[in-house]
Amino acid sequence: MIALEKRPQPSQMWSLASPLVAVALTMLAGAGLFAALGQDPLEALVKIFWEPLFGEFAFYYRPQLLIKGAPLVLIAIGLSLGFRAGIWNIGAEGQYIIGALSGAAVALALYPSEARWLVFPLMVIAGALGGCAWAMIPGLLKVKFKTNEILVSLMLVYVAEQLLASMALGAMRNPEGQGFPGSRNMAQMEAATSWINQSAGMHWGVVAAFISVIFAYVLLAKHVLGFQIKLAGQAPRAAAFSGTNPARLILFCLGTSGALAGMAGMFEISGPSGIVSIDFNVGYGFTAIIVAFLGRLHPIGILLAAGLMALTYIGGDVAQSSLGLPGAAIQVFQGMLLFFLLAVDVLTNYRVRFGQRSAA
Amino acid sequence: MTPAATDRALMELNGLTKAYPGVVANSDVSFNLKAGEVHALLGENGAGKSTLVKTIYGLVKPDSGTMTLDGAPFAPAEPRAARAAGIAMVFQHFSLFEALDVAENVALGMENPPPLRDLAQRIKEVSETYGLPLDPSRIVGDLSAGERQRVEIIRCLLQYPKVLIMDEPTSVLTPQEVDILFDTLRKLRDEGTAILYISHKLEEIRALCDDATVLRLGKVVGTCDPRDTSARAMAEMMVGGTLHVPERDSAAAGDVLMKINGLSVSSPTEFGSALKDITLDIRGGVVLGIGGVAGNGQDELLGALSGEIRAPKGQIFHGADDIGHLPPDARRGLGICAAPEERMGHAAAPDMSLTENAALTGRKRKALTKNGFLNWRKTRDFAEEIIERFDVRTPGAGNAARSLSGGNLQKFVIGREILQDPQILIVNQPTWGVDASAAAAIRQALLDLAAKGAAVIVISQDLDELMEISDEFAALNEGRLTKPRPARGLTVDEIGLMLGGAHDMEVAHVG
Repeated sequence: MIALEKRPQPSQMWSLASPLVAVALTMLAGAGLFAALGQDPLEALVKIFWEPLFGEFAFYYRPQLLIKGAPLVLIAIGLSLGFRAGIWNIGAEGQYIIGALSGAAVALALYPSEARWLVFPLMVIAGALGGCAWAMIPGLLKVKFKTNEILVSLMLVYVAEQLLASMALGAMRNPEGQGFPGSRNMAQMEAATSWINQSAGMHWGVVAAFISVIFAYVLLAKHVLGFQIKLAGQAPRAAAFSGTNPARLILFCLGTSGALAGMAGMFEISGPSGIVSIDFNVGYGFTAIIVAFLGRLHPIGILLAAGLMALTYIGGDVAQSSLGLPGAAIQVFQGMLLFFLLAVDVLTNYRVRFGQRSAA
Repeated sequence: MTPAATDRALMELNGLTKAYPGVVANSDVSFNLKAGEVHALLGENGAGKSTLVKTIYGLVKPDSGTMTLDGAPFAPAEPRAARAAGIAMVFQHFSLFEALDVAENVALGMENPPPLRDLAQRIKEVSETYGLPLDPSRIVGDLSAGERQRVEIIRCLLQYPKVLIMDEPTSVLTPQEVDILFDTLRKLRDEGTAILYISHKLEEIRALCDDATVLRLGKVVGTCDPRDTSARAMAEMMVGGTLHVPERDSAAAGDVLMKINGLSVSSPTEFGSALKDITLDIRGGVVLGIGGVAGNGQDELLGALSGEIRAPKGQIFHGADDIGHLPPDARRGLGICAAPEERMGHAAAPDMSLTENAALTGRKRKALTKNGFLNWRKTRDFAEEIIERFDVRTPGAGNAARSLSGGNLQKFVIGREILQDPQILIVNQPTWGVDASAAAAIRQALLDLAAKGAAVIVISQDLDELMEISDEFAALNEGRLTKPRPARGLTVDEIGLMLGGAHDMEVAHVG
């Protein structure tokens, strides 16, 4: 008989070890999956985890790690604040799109201005405000009418996608593009590009991601607001007793996560992506949810988790192209990571007891 | 000697021992329960009373030791087996569905319920036989705590039990309801039922019980005949030393610090009680005791005073200022502190450390923040001060609140508010589930605070406690508060009438 017994307090050791155990278990189960698909499991794992970092073409893949990791970190940091307070923003993908469109609107409206000191900061502000405003919709509805922010924020993703399609094919379409469905390339505009060093994968989004990690760390560890966020998530009645204003907390968490997601979108569209196109969004907003939990909703953890997640994306591409693994297998692999993490997570608060209970 | 009592033991407990990791809950507990007696089980919190009755009821399997019932070995594997053998238990916390009616609730607890109409008839019969008025068709959500307890008791009586276990049955009753309950229990006793009665109210035990077994730290430390043992002597057997009774000097009533003027607010929860037209002057130096059966607006009153529930304009004044709209932290700034009844999740966050819990209410008055940033070193010092001054048993301030026992956490919560040096302190059930010596320490601290000139409002269901520490007494009934009266000289009957909702007390008093 195996029994779970609640620990008197959460285990420090397991809260650190569980992500590592989850990664190890994912590798094991993934190996089984790849073997079942008729691949050499060891080779597949090497392709996914080793090749992008230390393989022959690492010079190409390593910058990709920054490019893929930065938006994940930015979005996941924002989401983690809300998740800690029990406010579930599932619509970061939509806020990411709206942030990108807002930033692009500024860049395209001011084209061909060459005043980088004006255009780029304005784009950053517009991106943040756009994402923030999109997240405020579920926020205000929740505060005013007690709607469920999970549903509203998620549904707004699809609204944002339609808006993106309309913009890419309509208002923002490149007038000199000979009918090509997409905008001018902002990555090539001196005044608007977010690239710092394209060959190294460095763009302003990477910088912003690191700043957001520090900001979130200080907020949660030292600031009253961070304390209230944690309190509201763990014991809502105690938070009300303590004097936390729930409405203000909801708006702050949703607004901040929306602004960060919007900035992530803006840096992406003016750098790695470059153009407003119908398939601009690739699911960073959803993957960031996994990243936030994989990183235990802790800023440093999120930084590491985003790195790992980016690695599986890139490694997955490598495995797809060189081994012919189906893309779906890579997605299953990423899903297993979250599954095992949540499963192993139980051990933080519970201990397993092996032993027979006396027969009833 | 009661008429039906015989010397034959109905139930024998021999050397029952049960250990949990780190603590021995019961160690070699033996005593006999005779048919036709009310047998008291006494002990402080953590003495092992609950474990013992759970063993009898089949919820806990002892590590060693045996029981017999009617001379035959008795080892129930689960409550169903215990019930089949004739053991019934009324728990301290009721397990009733508020949305269902009385008969449906009773049916849910039965193995093979008869058709509801027959059952309603039987409920009526039993309730009349034993003097427990109860209408089977009423919805439980509308019943008072005393009536809910009757549902539980009738549920037990329908099984015609040989042994009836009652865990703290009077903690939710008014004195009049207690009298009704005692009549019922005496009737059952006279019919030959053995009743195992757990309570910490010693005067009640002296009035009702024929025999008493005292537990301390899991061991039987003595037996006595409660009818001719003083309450103090029994308390000292439980504590194992002399009991410290709170001392006080009657301070002169000070100025009115806070004025409540026709306070009416609705309850945030569905089955809560709205506050109706409460008027009260809160004076410095005075301990105001507010009695009443749980669920009559206690939580709401504390919430409205602490700021968790905002009041309309013109109903709560601090000095000359209307403060009804102020949130809790602003009220703390004015010196109004509070300690809610529910420790886990309301007064304290269970998964947070004691240091973090110290910041929960202390950040304003103890100046634990600067420019919005928490000073964790200072906060930890504050937590350690609470732990030391209020004798909180914990390895350190870094431990999670949920790792503390209920009594220790209560000391921490009360200490946290008192050490903020409040001008007005409101506490709800300050010693609920706290052992006798810790309860005495908490009461003393409240009295000391009042002696320094602060106003202290104690909301409690423990009348003994209220009579011990209050200068003035008022009762809360269905959201209405009686006019406070001087506590000294109030008789039990008068208190009972106040609790029962007789609003015009002056007339009742004169009449």
